[in-house]
Amino acid sequence: MTWEVVIGLETHAQLSTASKIFSGASTAFGAPPNTQASAVDIALPGVLPVANRGAVERAIRFGLAVGGRIHERSIFARKNYFYPDLPKGYQISQYEQPIVTGGTIRIALGEREKLVRLTRAHLEEDAGKSLHEDFHGMSGIDLNRAGTPLLEIVTEPDLNSAEEAVAYARTLHALVRWIGICDGNMQEGSFRCDANVSIRRPGAALGTRCEVKNLNSFRFLERAIQFEVARQREILEDGGYIVQETRLYDPDRDETRSMRSKEDAQDYRYFPDPDLLPLAVGPEWIGEVERAMPELPEVRRARFMRQYDLSPYDAGVLTAGREISDYFDALAGHLPPQHAKLAANWVMGEVAARLNRDGLDFEQVPLSGSALAGLLARIADGTLSGKMAKEVFEAMWTGGGSAEQIIEVRGLRQISDSGALEQLVAEVVQANPAQAAEYRSGKEKAFNFLVGQCMKASKGKANPAQLSEILKKTLGS
Amino acid sequence: MINASLSELALALARKEISSGELTRVFLARAQAAGNLNAFITLDAERSLAQAAAADARIAAGTAGPLTGIPIAHKDIFCARGWRTTCGSRMLSNFVAPYDAHVIERFNEAGAVILGKTNMDEFAMGSSNENSFFGPVRNPWDRDAVPGGSSGGSAAAVAARLAPAATGTDTGGSIRQPAALCGVSGLKPTYGLVSRYGMIAYASSLDQGGPMARSAADLALLLNTMVGFDARDSTSLRRAEEDYTRELERPLAGLRIGLPREYFGEGLSDDVARAVDAAMGQLRQLGCQVVDVALPNTRLSIPAYYVLAPAEASSNLARYDGVRYGHRAAEYADLRDMYMKTRAEGFGAEVQRRILVGTYVLSHGYYDAYYVQAQKIRRLIAQDFAAAFEQCDLIAGPTSPSVAFDIGAKSQDPVQMYLSDIYTIAVNLAGLPGMSIPCGFGERARPVGLQLIGNYFAEARMLNVAHRFQRATDWHQRSPAEGART
Repeated sequence: MTWEVVIGLETHAQLSTASKIFSGASTAFGAPPNTQASAVDIALPGVLPVANRGAVERAIRFGLAVGGRIHERSIFARKNYFYPDLPKGYQISQYEQPIVTGGTIRIALGEREKLVRLTRAHLEEDAGKSLHEDFHGMSGIDLNRAGTPLLEIVTEPDLNSAEEAVAYARTLHALVRWIGICDGNMQEGSFRCDANVSIRRPGAALGTRCEVKNLNSFRFLERAIQFEVARQREILEDGGYIVQETRLYDPDRDETRSMRSKEDAQDYRYFPDPDLLPLAVGPEWIGEVERAMPELPEVRRARFMRQYDLSPYDAGVLTAGREISDYFDALAGHLPPQHAKLAANWVMGEVAARLNRDGLDFEQVPLSGSALAGLLARIADGTLSGKMAKEVFEAMWTGGGSAEQIIEVRGLRQISDSGALEQLVAEVVQANPAQAAEYRSGKEKAFNFLVGQCMKASKGKANPAQLSEILKKTLGS
Repeated sequence: MINASLSELALALARKEISSGELTRVFLARAQAAGNLNAFITLDAERSLAQAAAADARIAAGTAGPLTGIPIAHKDIFCARGWRTTCGSRMLSNFVAPYDAHVIERFNEAGAVILGKTNMDEFAMGSSNENSFFGPVRNPWDRDAVPGGSSGGSAAAVAARLAPAATGTDTGGSIRQPAALCGVSGLKPTYGLVSRYGMIAYASSLDQGGPMARSAADLALLLNTMVGFDARDSTSLRRAEEDYTRELERPLAGLRIGLPREYFGEGLSDDVARAVDAAMGQLRQLGCQVVDVALPNTRLSIPAYYVLAPAEASSNLARYDGVRYGHRAAEYADLRDMYMKTRAEGFGAEVQRRILVGTYVLSHGYYDAYYVQAQKIRRLIAQDFAAAFEQCDLIAGPTSPSVAFDIGAKSQDPVQMYLSDIYTIAVNLAGLPGMSIPCGFGERARPVGLQLIGNYFAEARMLNVAHRFQRATDWHQRSPAEGART
């Protein structure tokens, strides 16, 4: 009997503001403990929160990017619970009235596409960090992270496999980076997922779900869901039942473990935070944000296919991230349209490989799009062979100057002058009569030998296509 | 000197008849000598005198403002850098504030001197000042009587001439009721006029700081300093600056004063009713027209308040967990035990009661029945006032249903205690300005307060009425030292 897997994801994306969501303290990662905790973050008596406009603006950007509804009025609520790294004894979040509801994210699964519906996206603050090692029977509290702005993005239970969940998470990850609201750094916890997983017989009502918390890599997300599905299936097939609970994924043992059951679930006593007025987002503000929105990946992908005549696959690769996409767009913009495919191949091939070798990403390409366009133009017009182009590229990469300068200095200009090539071919044929005779008697291999000799004589600069043509003509006559 | 108004003091300072240092020493000495009133939690002569010296330099340099060099007592709910700030609680008995509240900043900028931190009901929860970890405050008019609360220390200090003026906070009457019970003037501004930044929260949507002094004219001067937009308080209102003294002398002819019939019914003691009636007669003589108005939902204000305020308090006080500052239990088995012992030891009975009530009303399954209903009542109460203000310019009535009661008389009966705020609480729920001024004496020669309630931002007009009343009467000039002379 088959099972249907049902997954909903909740993702916490840390918003890329310089300061915290309700205080002026810095959000930079990695500072010594408690050096980035202001009076507000420590929750001294008498301090008050003030909402960070930049965090709200990023939430609006997200709402626009997913086609969700941005509410003109949303409410910050207090989620009350005691924990040492929660300084106020409550977390400020949005509960009944979030800033964004609805919207969709399109994911690609090989040739197949799927539209994942979003339930909501709401603003909230992060808690601090408890450090249980190093303190000999005590716990250390670091409040640097307390008050960091988060956007919690919640899907409908629309995902039906670990693969789909990962595809969604990757697409969302690329999107939040694309629109510049989150740096997406998963090691630093800037993008983390909770997965609600249940299974059911096809057509049956939704099964009891378990929530697996704090998955901070795509691999862990995939493994945790796979483990969880297998675990639930085994229980159900043995005639047991699933207990609704919160579970933690342990990457070292590759398993999920129970953290707390629904019976232990706390009553958070949500109520509107009286220290903060209802969050008002007027149409003017939304319009302002909309006008400053970058072209979205889906729109750009379609444009690349149309404008540059790229295949869906190439257009997909070239819109997978904002940086590679902007780079390609700038490069292709400097070339006539018929050379866009050449540009695409170079970006996905040479440039990507070279970046990979240096451990860099597309934000850090040392060659501007226009500089690389200079090189590609020389390939297109036959000045450079592919091999020569790679040499010039390498020299440009390491700061050797423009393509023109390098071609000039190194004398790398390809010989395409037919007069010069004809003379060169004639000399080679004359010097190798035996091989010429062999070719004429039908031995194709001899032709390759003669091409090699011509190339050697030209010091590799002969235009290969032209050379081959002239050689054939010479031998045939 | 101790009976002088703030403007008289400013004049004396400007004329070099007295220095701020001398003035501060006079009041410090009085405050120390009156220790049995227990009006102050913390006095710090060194800090006060350093500020006085700075003020004297400013006066000498000719850059003094109206409050420069004048010592002012602050309710121990306002954080003041370097000052122990306890909020009347054991929980914060060791807490030294590392920053200044907005109100303190404003007074510091004005060159005023912090005279000391006044006693109060713990976390501003109480109507008698019996809920202070530092012991009850006594009423200067009768040491067996409570001074009212929660700003009881400030009211007692002003009444006993231990300070020329003081600050208080008012969540359900905590400025007006002690002002009434101690025979001084006090004003709670429109919600949002005085920044709550650095004012330790009890119930955020109701808390509002305000001045306490011996006259309306003094209140106006203090208000000029206290009011101002503060970006650190999201509920702070951005408005054009106002001079609250500007209408003090305006004639009252034609002013319509509304008397809410609900404020004169059952529960109002005869002595208070008589004094308030007499005050209304006085206002008529000053040209006011007195009309009847209705505030039909007044009786619902206490139950609504005792849902909303504890709900907010239960959350506001969660930060006092012993982790980062304040009291922490000496011994505990684990984290949960640390929380429980710390909070059981750190909070007094009334604070614990309100945290329990607040936690209950916010709990799953009760939220709609209590919190949501109470918010509806809150809106109804605001509508009552809006309707009343279509028929009158200001509302007047008693501040408190009785004169000061004896220490211990109500401390075992919370509901009786809560009922003593019946006339003041609705004003906070609506966010309106309210004030109390002395208007006579009642039983056992204890002071009676007249409450004035204005529409939003009507402070200047309220001060105008109070000032004209005080020019025509001398209740506000009576001093406990000379007795009530009824």
